[in-house]
Amino acid sequence: MSEKTGQRLLLQGNEAIVEGALAAGCRFFAGYPITPASEIAELMSLRLPALNGTFIQMEDEIASMGAIIGASLAGVKSLTATSGPGFSLMQENLGFACAAEVPCVVVNVMRAGPSTGLSTSPAQGDVMQARWGTHGDHPIIVLAVSSVSDCFDLTIQAFNLSEKYRVPVIVLSDEIVAHTRETVILPEQAAVTVIDRMRPAVPPEWYIPYEDNSRGVPAMADMGSGYRHHVTGLIHDVRGFPTERPEEVDAFIRRLFRKITNGFPEIQLTKTVMLEDAEIAVIAYGAVTRSALRAVRQARGRGIRAGLLQLITLYPFPRKAVEAVLRQCRRVLVPEMNMGQVIREVKRVNVATEIVRHNRVDGQFITPAEIYAHLLAM
Amino acid sequence: MTEKTGSLRHDYLRHDKKFPHVWCPGCGNGIVLGSLIRAIARLGLQKDELVLAAGIGCSGRMPVYVDFNTLHATHGRALTFATGIKLARPALTVIIVMGDGDATAIGGNHFIHAARRNLDLTAIIINNQIYGMTGGQYSPTTPYGSFAATAAWGHIEHAFPIAELAATAGASYVARGTVYHAAMLDDLLAGGIARKGFSVIEVMSNCHTQYGRRNQMNDAITMLRYFKEQAVAVDRAAGMSAAEMAGRFTIGVLADVEKPNFTEEYQKIRDRARQQ
Repeated sequence: MSEKTGQRLLLQGNEAIVEGALAAGCRFFAGYPITPASEIAELMSLRLPALNGTFIQMEDEIASMGAIIGASLAGVKSLTATSGPGFSLMQENLGFACAAEVPCVVVNVMRAGPSTGLSTSPAQGDVMQARWGTHGDHPIIVLAVSSVSDCFDLTIQAFNLSEKYRVPVIVLSDEIVAHTRETVILPEQAAVTVIDRMRPAVPPEWYIPYEDNSRGVPAMADMGSGYRHHVTGLIHDVRGFPTERPEEVDAFIRRLFRKITNGFPEIQLTKTVMLEDAEIAVIAYGAVTRSALRAVRQARGRGIRAGLLQLITLYPFPRKAVEAVLRQCRRVLVPEMNMGQVIREVKRVNVATEIVRHNRVDGQFITPAEIYAHLLAM
Repeated sequence: MTEKTGSLRHDYLRHDKKFPHVWCPGCGNGIVLGSLIRAIARLGLQKDELVLAAGIGCSGRMPVYVDFNTLHATHGRALTFATGIKLARPALTVIIVMGDGDATAIGGNHFIHAARRNLDLTAIIINNQIYGMTGGQYSPTTPYGSFAATAAWGHIEHAFPIAELAATAGASYVARGTVYHAAMLDDLLAGGIARKGFSVIEVMSNCHTQYGRRNQMNDAITMLRYFKEQAVAVDRAAGMSAAEMAGRFTIGVLADVEKPNFTEEYQKIRDRARQQ
């Protein structure tokens, strides 16, 4: 968002996610209470009824995920929000959304794990789970927020990508972004770009629900709109009915991946800061980006040619942007509040540049000073 | 009658290559499906306004055969998907078909909460007392002392009375029928669909392939005869002693109450929120 007109508000990250979701057209929320994500559900329960939307608190996160898939099938943009333990429970139905290509957005406000972990402390331990948490081969989109304004903008972006590509989108937040209050300027609704799923342009009798096209994203009919069809988590043919024919199974799985690959240029979002002439760089995502930015600026003050690449999209992994940084810089630092999850993806790009890790797993934030110390030594 | 059923099949089942069905010869699921479309025809519901959702198992294949808006969800979770559909489009009539394992083991939590919440949904639970599709493992309704693929030495757990569970959890309409009493089943299903609020119709059904075979009821006829002999109408059961009812079960409408349902209550919240 470039516009600077709008409503100036002091919001926490969780509140900005609600504002973003509503601006994107989300009118259904199902969730289950969990720290540090509960504010999203609380605010949704307050806001949705007046917008003719629906809030429901389900019996668990499995049910929450099921309910948002159901609402989306009926044509309503849907959101759920949770943290690690609940995100684990959502994986089952998340796979259904991937297989049946049901647009929906899942916010995971990361806290330290494994298991119940540190329920009020930040972490970035769920990166791999966001990508590979549900079983089977599947594409998915994962975005990471680093600020309150990100929470607003990227939640809109998440809905737009989800609708456009008929894929669940995971928004990874963390306890720091969720509970930090910052001033944000929310644009007028008219200035917000809102994308809706492509609906069938043919009459019901011609509708083939999973028919391939150039984008690899079939038109989606709202349940109950006259386009009666079958939706299943089984591998299905173009008509939506179960199939085990190898050629149909193969075509289905490959299309799921192709639709995302086709969209790489617009899905793989990154941001660069002072990278033009950088010799060393930090590749960061989420709240850690904030510390990295401060450290890079500090290093520049000392005459060190440091730069920052912020990964906004974690998956599909923005390989091209990372490769460019690796080719340009002699050393790259990847600070993470986990034992090293994104650094593995960076190393997979592999252009022989030295890649340095910085990991913190004590439930505390990585400070600018820690990153700065690395930059001095690089 | 035959002519009428033939016409209903034509009207409500999918025409494109979905038959023969996957169920074993003599399976009770077909009787439930027949009853369902007769009940729907009686209520005059249109195909476009109907949703049939199911979970996983033999019952889970039923949505493929009907020409409605259909959903084959994940195991035990059909009620959660249905909750989202109903809330997003309250005008739809949403029917969920589940098996006993689907609804009361893996989906047990969703089941009791759906009953408590009293959303306007109709849940049909085909209770064949076994996991049929996976090969005859014991379910939450497998009777004490019977045999199953995972109860080779006899079953030592006790069965859930599904209908009674639903009534206790708060469902508006609760009924139990059997695939032997097919005409009564039409009435029970129609009654459940018509009732606003959460309706549960438990249907005792035969899986002679996986349950009967291990419990001296090798074929469909023997199992249907068993249902005929063990089922006692609700009003008749009221006059019978506990000893007389031992090993038997009631059929008919067990609960039918009018009370606020979630769909209507939520609309009141919307109206209130918009006024402020």
